[in-house]
Amino acid sequence: MTNTWQDIKNANVVVVMGGNAAEAHPCGFKWVIEAKIENHAKLVVVDPRFTRTASVADLYAPIRPGTDIAFLSGLIRYLLEKDAIQHEYVRAYTNASLIVQEGFGFEDGLFTGYKADARAYDKSTWDYELDEAGFARIDDTWQHPRCVINLLRKHVDRYTPETVSRICGTPRDKYLQVCDLFATTAAPDKALTSLFALGWTQHSIGAQNIRTMAMVQLLLGNIGVAGGGMNALRGHSNIQGLTDVGLLSAQMPGYLTLPKDSEPGFEDYMRTRQFKPLRPGQTSYWQNYRKFMVSFQKAIYGDAARADNDWAYDWLPKLDNDGYDIIRAFEMMTNGQMNGYICQGFNPLQAFPDKGKNRKALGKLKFLVVMDPLDTETSRFWENFGPQNPSDPASIQTEVFQLPTTCFAEENGSLVNSARWLQWHWKAADAPDQAQSDIWIMSGIFHRMREMYRKDGGAFPDPILNLAWNYTDPTNPDPEELAKDMNGRALADIKDATGAVTLRAGQLLDGFAQLRDDGTTSSGCWIFSGCYTEKGNQMARRDATDPREQGIAPNWAWSWPANRRILYNRASADPAGHAWNPQKPIIEWNGTRWAGIDVPDYTPTTKPSDAVGPFIMNAEGVGRLFARDQLAEGPFPEHYEPFESPVPNLLHPKVQSNPAARVFADDRAAFGTAPDFPYVATTYRLTEHFHFWTKHALINAILQPEEFIEIGEVLAKEKGIDQGGWVRLTSKRGVVVCKAYVTKRIRPLMVDGRPTHVIGVPLHWGFTGQARKGYGANTLTPAVGDANTQTPEFKAFLVNVERTSPPVA
Amino acid sequence: MDLTRRGFIKLSGAGLAASSLGALGFGFAGDALAASVRPFKLSATSETRNTCTYCSVACGILIYSLGDRAKNARSDIIHIEGDPDHPVNRGTLCPKGSALLDIVHAPTRLKVPKYRAPGSSEFKPVSWDFALDRIATLMKQDRDANFIARNAAGTTVNRWTSTGMLAASAASTETAYLTWKVARAFGMLVFDNQARV
Repeated sequence: MTNTWQDIKNANVVVVMGGNAAEAHPCGFKWVIEAKIENHAKLVVVDPRFTRTASVADLYAPIRPGTDIAFLSGLIRYLLEKDAIQHEYVRAYTNASLIVQEGFGFEDGLFTGYKADARAYDKSTWDYELDEAGFARIDDTWQHPRCVINLLRKHVDRYTPETVSRICGTPRDKYLQVCDLFATTAAPDKALTSLFALGWTQHSIGAQNIRTMAMVQLLLGNIGVAGGGMNALRGHSNIQGLTDVGLLSAQMPGYLTLPKDSEPGFEDYMRTRQFKPLRPGQTSYWQNYRKFMVSFQKAIYGDAARADNDWAYDWLPKLDNDGYDIIRAFEMMTNGQMNGYICQGFNPLQAFPDKGKNRKALGKLKFLVVMDPLDTETSRFWENFGPQNPSDPASIQTEVFQLPTTCFAEENGSLVNSARWLQWHWKAADAPDQAQSDIWIMSGIFHRMREMYRKDGGAFPDPILNLAWNYTDPTNPDPEELAKDMNGRALADIKDATGAVTLRAGQLLDGFAQLRDDGTTSSGCWIFSGCYTEKGNQMARRDATDPREQGIAPNWAWSWPANRRILYNRASADPAGHAWNPQKPIIEWNGTRWAGIDVPDYTPTTKPSDAVGPFIMNAEGVGRLFARDQLAEGPFPEHYEPFESPVPNLLHPKVQSNPAARVFADDRAAFGTAPDFPYVATTYRLTEHFHFWTKHALINAILQPEEFIEIGEVLAKEKGIDQGGWVRLTSKRGVVVCKAYVTKRIRPLMVDGRPTHVIGVPLHWGFTGQARKGYGANTLTPAVGDANTQTPEFKAFLVNVERTSPPVA
Repeated sequence: MDLTRRGFIKLSGAGLAASSLGALGFGFAGDALAASVRPFKLSATSETRNTCTYCSVACGILIYSLGDRAKNARSDIIHIEGDPDHPVNRGTLCPKGSALLDIVHAPTRLKVPKYRAPGSSEFKPVSWDFALDRIATLMKQDRDANFIARNAAGTTVNRWTSTGMLAASAASTETAYLTWKVARAFGMLVFDNQARV
């Protein structure tokens, strides 16, 4: 989230599209209700189903799963045509005026530079025209045909209301009502907030779904302001934290990235990361990358990371592809390229697409280690549970370890919520019986490995033998010590420009501004610097006071970066430094500095007249309507059909689906087509369950005891399916037999003149826990991911459905 | 004012006596009710501040456990509720958070390390030392056999791709940091979390 949960109350329009906050984030959704009651906000819901969020909406529009880019591109077209954009914001704070290179183009569904054999682009034309000094050329008058705003206008021109309605199945009048409501927030003092979740990410075009909305928000001037922003409602309690700390294949803590084979030396690595400003005088904060990187290496390798060994650069593993994500991992297992797998609090047998493939893949491992508080399906993949998990243990040679761990109530530590708050929590009881913390288990494995390497040697032991491990109890490091590691320390006396010592050697840093690139500071995660200072554990703060009751609560816990609650808050003020919305200012220029209720996302003393852009992480200093080379499938979003779709791509039939998405041959062979599987299916969560965890909790297992699907009344009648009757739901990959819930909440959509039925597949059941046995939605879903993130396409795929008889008990 | 539950009900009874209900003759009901009520159960518990383990709203919760945290007194969690001081949830919890006690005490909580041998049809309880020694041995064997120090072009790459790891989405940030250190020091690249599902 760019903003906070409470800040939602400041919105004039709340848009829930790509999520269902009322059911998936109920206690956060109360701030939407607060916005409606106290701020007279309008709630817009765009969803294939009439959800509980939709039930309290002022305006609900149905949409076919997987067509959000068409919907939103049409919206951009509408805003540009009606001139319903916030002109001063767009001109000063976005790249609308920058001029794109002459060679850039788009034709028949493809941008320039496509290489069909590699399913990838040569992106060299996806950039600005530069002047002699290396700065992007600009035309503030928007007359130049290749300035971004004109290229965007041309790109979205095809998305007329008629075309949008034909692709999305959204009735034209509903669609135009939504466009009108969006347009009202182009006024400088009006804000629209976008709340989304997996409904946007779990598509082969997921990143571009979100990007299209971010562009809408830039055009409306809604980023950085109270009640605005792009608010990703993260799923799990600390998935934001695990992302921040870089537990992703290609990532390092604080959004640093692992080196690639093409970057053999440290200077090769730095060359592509210290972004120089693309416009004169811009901040381009990643220019400080070397400080973050050197301080990180000092944090994990201590004295062994030195200038003369390039800060132990070679000890980081290098990537030979875009990343070893989970879909690739299961492909590698299938092909016998993996021997061991460790699952820490993660249940991939249920959670990742194509369960049948996952089960077979796990059976090819030599060993599987599962660390979990609960008895997961993954840890018992080898056991025969009948049709829900058919298996022959005698034929499976995998050694399996099931290790009991503590749960939230039995440990200290911080969790990062969706609004980037690091909140500390405390242990209330010991773990049951012999269960241990993940910290203890990981330390135990590490110490045993290190001891063997020390005694017996082996492959490249250096990073293992030199890993910094200065903890009071090395077998079970205290979370507070680990938090201090991430915050960072001075390793020598740190002096300011006048030569005065600001921090003595050994002291904890106040924040990342103190980081150095000469090895005199350490920080395990630079964006967390400031979370645990000499003043104590900032994450444990519990002062809920809230200036002007504006939803900031600056002294409750601690927020990254730098305790900033609203990202890009410089954009809440106009170029002269006055709040766009005088009723709800965040920071303003007071004549000598930026001041207000939040920490400025800006250098506090930079004068408005210096014309430094508010998006300080971008080399241009402005928000990007044109994404340059940042995404795999194009600098502008384009509508591509899901890999399993009931219709041809109306805009360019030859480029049906995302041309840059990676698809493995066996996964492609397992895609179904509309003649065999005529219905569109989409997966989702129920408010009574969380993933595959709550089926282990008695109350939740009673509330929603068994697997079911939702189908509309028209389809039910057509197929002779009764309310509560048994059905057989099939995709090319598998079969689920369960009960049907016949509902008015899903209605057929008219897609290009033909009725299209959507079937809802809640995903919470498996074969362990207290609820009844179920197959799990991932029995059906295809193994293809977003081209940038490899997030699997769970939200749009094809199925068939038939009534069937109850299974024999 | 130090008000017990029993005292509160007596007071309420007194209030009733002065109201129209009192006039109707219900004034003694409060005394009778108070005499039948046990002391408030939570008054003998320890209160711990924590965060709901499910979604990213991160509702503040209060955990109540028996035991005063003295040495050898084992705590037992008996009640969990929303934290009214928390600026986001303000004391509320959803159908998942309201049932947190049931996940803490789920009968399917794992309690001892278990091991399943190749081809076996059952898990057997084992000691932590057996499990961790065996895991470390298997990992070292695989790492030594399949570690890639240089690629075909001779570039130092120092990667290990034949063993992978998935990290926990409800574990603390500190757990995540320690896990990162260990996995990457081994050279692991097949390393991911639950951000996508």
